[in-house]
Amino acid sequence: MHQLWLIPALPLAGFLVNGIFGRKLGKPAINAVAIGSVLLSFLWVVKTLFALGPLETTYTESYFTWIQSGIVNVGFDFAVDRLTAVMLLVVTGIGLLIHIYAIGYMSHEGGYYRFFAYLNLFMFFMLILVLAANFLLLFVGWEGVGLCSYLLIGFYFLKKSAGDAGKKAFVVNRIGDFGFSLAIFLTLVTFGTLDFVELTGKMAGMSPETSAGVITGICLLLLVGATGKSAQVPLYVWLPDAMEGPTPVSALIHAATMVTAGVYMVARAAPMFNLAPVALDVVAFIGLLTAVLAATIGLAQNDIKKVFAYSTVSQLGYMFLALGVGAYSAGIFHVMTHAFFKALLFLGAGSVIHALEGEQDLRNMGGLRGKIPVTFMVLVCAAVAIAGVPPFSGFKSKDEILLAVHAHSPWMFWVGVVTAGMTAFYVFRAIFLCFFGNYRGKAHPHESPLVMTLPLGVLALLSLGGGYIDVPHYLAPLFGQPNVVHDMTLVAISVGAGLAGIFLAWLFYVAKPQLPEALAKALSGPYKLIYNKYYVDEAYDALIVHPLRDGSRSVLWRGVDVGLIDGMVNGAGTLARSIGAGLRTMQSGYIRRYAAWVVVGSIAVVAAATFLGGVR
Amino acid sequence: MPSEFPIPLPALPLPDAVPLSWYLILSAILFSLGVAGFLFRRNIITVFMSIELMLNAVNLSFVAFAYQLKSVDGHIFSFFVMVIAAAEAAVGLAIILTVFRNKQTLEIDEVSSLRL
Repeated sequence: MHQLWLIPALPLAGFLVNGIFGRKLGKPAINAVAIGSVLLSFLWVVKTLFALGPLETTYTESYFTWIQSGIVNVGFDFAVDRLTAVMLLVVTGIGLLIHIYAIGYMSHEGGYYRFFAYLNLFMFFMLILVLAANFLLLFVGWEGVGLCSYLLIGFYFLKKSAGDAGKKAFVVNRIGDFGFSLAIFLTLVTFGTLDFVELTGKMAGMSPETSAGVITGICLLLLVGATGKSAQVPLYVWLPDAMEGPTPVSALIHAATMVTAGVYMVARAAPMFNLAPVALDVVAFIGLLTAVLAATIGLAQNDIKKVFAYSTVSQLGYMFLALGVGAYSAGIFHVMTHAFFKALLFLGAGSVIHALEGEQDLRNMGGLRGKIPVTFMVLVCAAVAIAGVPPFSGFKSKDEILLAVHAHSPWMFWVGVVTAGMTAFYVFRAIFLCFFGNYRGKAHPHESPLVMTLPLGVLALLSLGGGYIDVPHYLAPLFGQPNVVHDMTLVAISVGAGLAGIFLAWLFYVAKPQLPEALAKALSGPYKLIYNKYYVDEAYDALIVHPLRDGSRSVLWRGVDVGLIDGMVNGAGTLARSIGAGLRTMQSGYIRRYAAWVVVGSIAVVAAATFLGGVR
Repeated sequence: MPSEFPIPLPALPLPDAVPLSWYLILSAILFSLGVAGFLFRRNIITVFMSIELMLNAVNLSFVAFAYQLKSVDGHIFSFFVMVIAAAEAAVGLAIILTVFRNKQTLEIDEVSSLRL
């Protein structure tokens, strides 16, 4: 036994201590509990992985039977294989860095203990999700991280927009979770088990022809769940709004870890998806669509966090594209590198916002290069990584994905390349607007404290060098060796697209700053469209939210509730009262009338007995 | 109550006796008079007497049946009825006296303070 349960239990303990006693504890004590629990958890992960060695087969620990009823037999089991190992290291490692960063970022905020308690709770659920050995336990973690996401988006709950964003995230995720739970039921009914190892064993003996319909159904329902959690079309709308939460939350939950849960889940269900080629095609298509759509929206946003949020959606689309073409290990590789550079982008953005005392609008920044040099340098590291400049981490993983996509279908490759160019453009647009030109704001910028810059430095190193961690090779026993030819022409094309994006951004926002305005005027139609995010929110409001709300109000409330249900209840009351009123006239208080009723009653009894033959 | 009904009846040598139905008819007439008196008279004392009349009508039918069936059950019943009628007369007259003291009337419809 390697005591896997300690990994999630430590953050849970941190949550309980901070959540219950945090109000009375001082800041140093809160820090010690919050950071300490995550640090111990990280160390325990490292120790366990060393002890487990090469992990050629899945290592499982069973604790107790959780549900036993009929065919349902679900254990409370944790399992570690190579996929879990990668995710464990990413979640606890990045989580630890972001916890440390948050000490500095949140130092002036109210609800300090509440913030760290939620963050620890999130770590607990995320680790449950990653360690779970069956779908149901994974679902527990899945719902738990959703709850923490809701709590943390609405952290500044006095602000209406933050509360609304939290509710939106929760409701949109419900739609996805509904699909996921249906997938779980269908799996249970079809295969009689939810355990990943057993399911993989059952899949191995199947040819793609047997019960393809059911497996495709399961996979498509799983995909519905994944689109909710991982912000894919059509359920991505909650993620940009989720930026209402504090920036460390955006970095940890809405960029690095939780939103990749969908990718993890699909990779976990890879044996099923491999038997459902139609579902895989749908995954690839949705991924590509999301990548393009979000990248174009990102081109025209002015809020620095919104730019990075759409970038996250777009990169998640990339990961789904990789899953869809069967390159699971490339997808997970991109999960890891994306966790590095996107966490860095958000934390860097947080550092800028912190320096400018809450300013998030790119139009009010500029010229910050000399004023916050450390932040500038780390953000450039993240930007070159995400833009796919060789030999940094983003280049490695994106390359892996694009090559696999090209092997699958070339047109998807070209769309992916264009998206990569747009990615480079909007990230560098943000960098140039923020750090070059003249300062356009009012606040007095100051560099962030060491407790914030230190995690930034570590993440910068990981963003630059993280690509040399050979995840695809490590995961090959699980998903098979990707049969990808490293065609230098294709590599050059994708790198060229990234560099072209960077050059265009430089041309637009440094060399000729009047150009963007002119272009926006010339192409005012498309510009308005992407500036307003394709009016997707408005369309959802008009097509779904308003009909649902008005329907609820007029039909369900006024009609069913007031008319039918209240009518039935009130009707029962009215009926009883009118019967009572009728009977009350018998009770007049005059003795002779009572006697008359007695006579009438006895005559009725005698008559009934006579005519109905009761007495002979 | 001993359940010896129906018992095999010996042929009764009473050719000129009054038939049972006559007793029952008389009892029914007396009972109906009692009911009518109870319903239509307003004086409490008269109402009270009507009740006695009904009780005695019932007694008459009990005794007639008992004689016809050669069983003492009916006799015992009629004794019980008389005892209870006596007790009722004592209590009832006491109540009537109290009502008269309080209301200075024997009009039965005036005694309706239980009415809503």
